[in-house]
Amino acid sequence: MGLKRDVSLSTALRYKGQGPFLTFILHRIGGMGMAIFITIHILSTFVEGKGWAIGDFINDIYMSPPFQIFILFCVLFHALNGLRITILDLFPKKLIQYHRQAIMIEWVIFAILFSFAAVSVITTAIARLG
Amino acid sequence: MTQTKARTLPLSKRGMSFETFMWAFTRLTALAMYGFILTGVVGALIMGAQHSMTFVEVLRWALVSNVGHVEYSNVPDISPFGSMLWRLVASGMFLTASSHGVHGVIVVLDDYFGKESERKWIRILNMLGFFVVMPLGLYLIWTA
Repeated sequence: MGLKRDVSLSTALRYKGQGPFLTFILHRIGGMGMAIFITIHILSTFVEGKGWAIGDFINDIYMSPPFQIFILFCVLFHALNGLRITILDLFPKKLIQYHRQAIMIEWVIFAILFSFAAVSVITTAIARLG
Repeated sequence: MTQTKARTLPLSKRGMSFETFMWAFTRLTALAMYGFILTGVVGALIMGAQHSMTFVEVLRWALVSNVGHVEYSNVPDISPFGSMLWRLVASGMFLTASSHGVHGVIVVLDDYFGKESERKWIRILNMLGFFVVMPLGLYLIWTA
């Protein structure tokens, strides 16, 4: 059974799915980001232990503040969105009608946690400069 | 604002297919990972994180409780972070996350690759990656 698309890529990119679609696509980006990051992080840490400079080089990129902020976005969004999906899916009869409100609550919690995490990364980086 | 109506069908009528099993697996492993993260946060606080670790350092430790994740913090003695208990918690989190992730990557890629042969290769490469990375990750956790 093959996949049949009835829209072009440009039409797909202009799809205005609003809030629920945004969380769907960010969940995928976050998940793929983490899968790629964790795979490379394990491989680089392993080869770093064997004395290969490439492992040290990659882990230095992972320790840099911009990359940490990116990966924290992936992790925190994926985790919070995943929790929302799980809670709604486990109690669909009672909760699915409130799915848009659940997304709003999710964004508020995410904004608080992510800004706290980003500030923590930046202040640690500044403290280490001194 | 339009409200979505719940469409639910009892498991007895729907039947337990591989897809249904993996649907439940994905959600239950998500809850299990929250359990591991909470254990890591509480453990870090008991071991003195509030005085010597930043929020992000606690988060990094809680995500995978590997002793290498506290190396760059100001914790004076990191040996309690490398105990047998924490290596077991890290192994549990790593195996749960990687099995959840392998399935997730296949689900995502299936949406962009339609041919049966492409989907077969996606599965082969993903499983190959899983069986290469899994022992390396466990090796790093237990030798750190």
